[in-house]
Amino acid sequence: MKYVDEFRDAALARRHAEAIARITTRPWTLMEVCGGQTHSIVRHGIDQLLPQGVELLHGPGCPVCVTPAESIDMAVAIAGEAGVIFCSFGDMLRVPGHEGSLLAAKARGADVRMVYSPLDALKIARETPDRDVVFFAIGFETTAPATAMTVVQAARENIENFFLLVSHVLVPPAIEALLNDPDNQVQGFLAAGHVCTVMGYWEYEPIARRYRVPIVVTGFEPVDLLQGIYLCLRQLEEGRAEVENQYSRSVRRDGNRTAQELMRRVFTIRPQRWRGIGEIAASGLGLTAEYARYDARVRFDRVGIAAELPTECIAGAILRGLKKPVDCPAFGTRCTPERPLGATMVSSEGACAAYYRYRRHVPSRTDVASSIGQETSP
Amino acid sequence: MCLAVPGEVLSVEGDDMLTRQGRVAFGGIVKQVSLAYVPEAVIGDYVLVHAGFAITTIDAADALKTLAYLAEFEPEEMS
Repeated sequence: MKYVDEFRDAALARRHAEAIARITTRPWTLMEVCGGQTHSIVRHGIDQLLPQGVELLHGPGCPVCVTPAESIDMAVAIAGEAGVIFCSFGDMLRVPGHEGSLLAAKARGADVRMVYSPLDALKIARETPDRDVVFFAIGFETTAPATAMTVVQAARENIENFFLLVSHVLVPPAIEALLNDPDNQVQGFLAAGHVCTVMGYWEYEPIARRYRVPIVVTGFEPVDLLQGIYLCLRQLEEGRAEVENQYSRSVRRDGNRTAQELMRRVFTIRPQRWRGIGEIAASGLGLTAEYARYDARVRFDRVGIAAELPTECIAGAILRGLKKPVDCPAFGTRCTPERPLGATMVSSEGACAAYYRYRRHVPSRTDVASSIGQETSP
Repeated sequence: MCLAVPGEVLSVEGDDMLTRQGRVAFGGIVKQVSLAYVPEAVIGDYVLVHAGFAITTIDAADALKTLAYLAEFEPEEMS
């Protein structure tokens, strides 16, 4: 068992699709929260295997997409400071702010470097003690433990030239914000499997009860996604609203307690602006007083100015599940991955980029079904 | 962004909780990964790796249960 190909088995996926068709008696609207799930759904054509009337809306779970323009502006400004080495995950480099993207800053001479892990940025700081090294800490609860451990290691080694621009965000407050929206159409959620791997799913239980909405913790491969959809639809058809765990090989109810403990030590919860959505109370992370000396905002004396970019981009409505990429008049014409108007077209996990990449020629349902299981690389 | 890839633990180095590391194989590629968040992981286990950190040990029995779900729990639907 390698935990990838087995969950892409075409025959098993088809049996799940048939089971879904058998239990579905009326239209339902679900939302997959995570951008990785969106990407997998569009790539494998999962949505096209569903009965007519079962709709998948794409959620706000793409951290690159929801990072506000003011954070990118701050990143670009700090990257432009003399002597700074600015480190970021690759996805973030092309997202436009008011003064362009980090990649544009690099073209102007800033030392911007792509890293795979915050530990890589710490390594650069260790090896270049005469320069300030800043890491752009974005991502959901999945990524926050990596940042937390890196800060703790920096403190332990007494590394003084390492700083973080923290823009981490939390999923449950965003789900509640969507459910509180009077325009909300979502009747059931596929919760993000890797966020729940870290945090567990007990936080979602009161949400499921309060809003009477089924929430199924779901993985990322075709069989996972179809099984998550099946479990969610079965709850809806039976009138239940509970938290179920489809992704039990990875997710336990309490999550990863070691990671949570370190997150609590390093981070404090604060209000956070989400691009296209606005401010959500208690939905972001900042550094606690103990680790405040690593805060790039303090080191470089920067205060964010909240401002959305004026654009015809409808990313905000897409991230709130109100619209789909193809509803945008600029999609595929004035807005492409090469010349993106908004972050949902920039990030490989953004809904617009996924639609652009996999939907140029919409395949027939049989083509889609036979494509599952053919690609095996992770 | 929350992409996490399963890989097999080939080695475990260090006793210190913060710096516990190991080599993890992803198909043909082997990478050095922090095992700080999976203190229970031993050689031969599969872990899910995100941004250089293993975030969970994969439960083989649960994986099999997921694959057998329709046959086991919905036998009448398989006919």
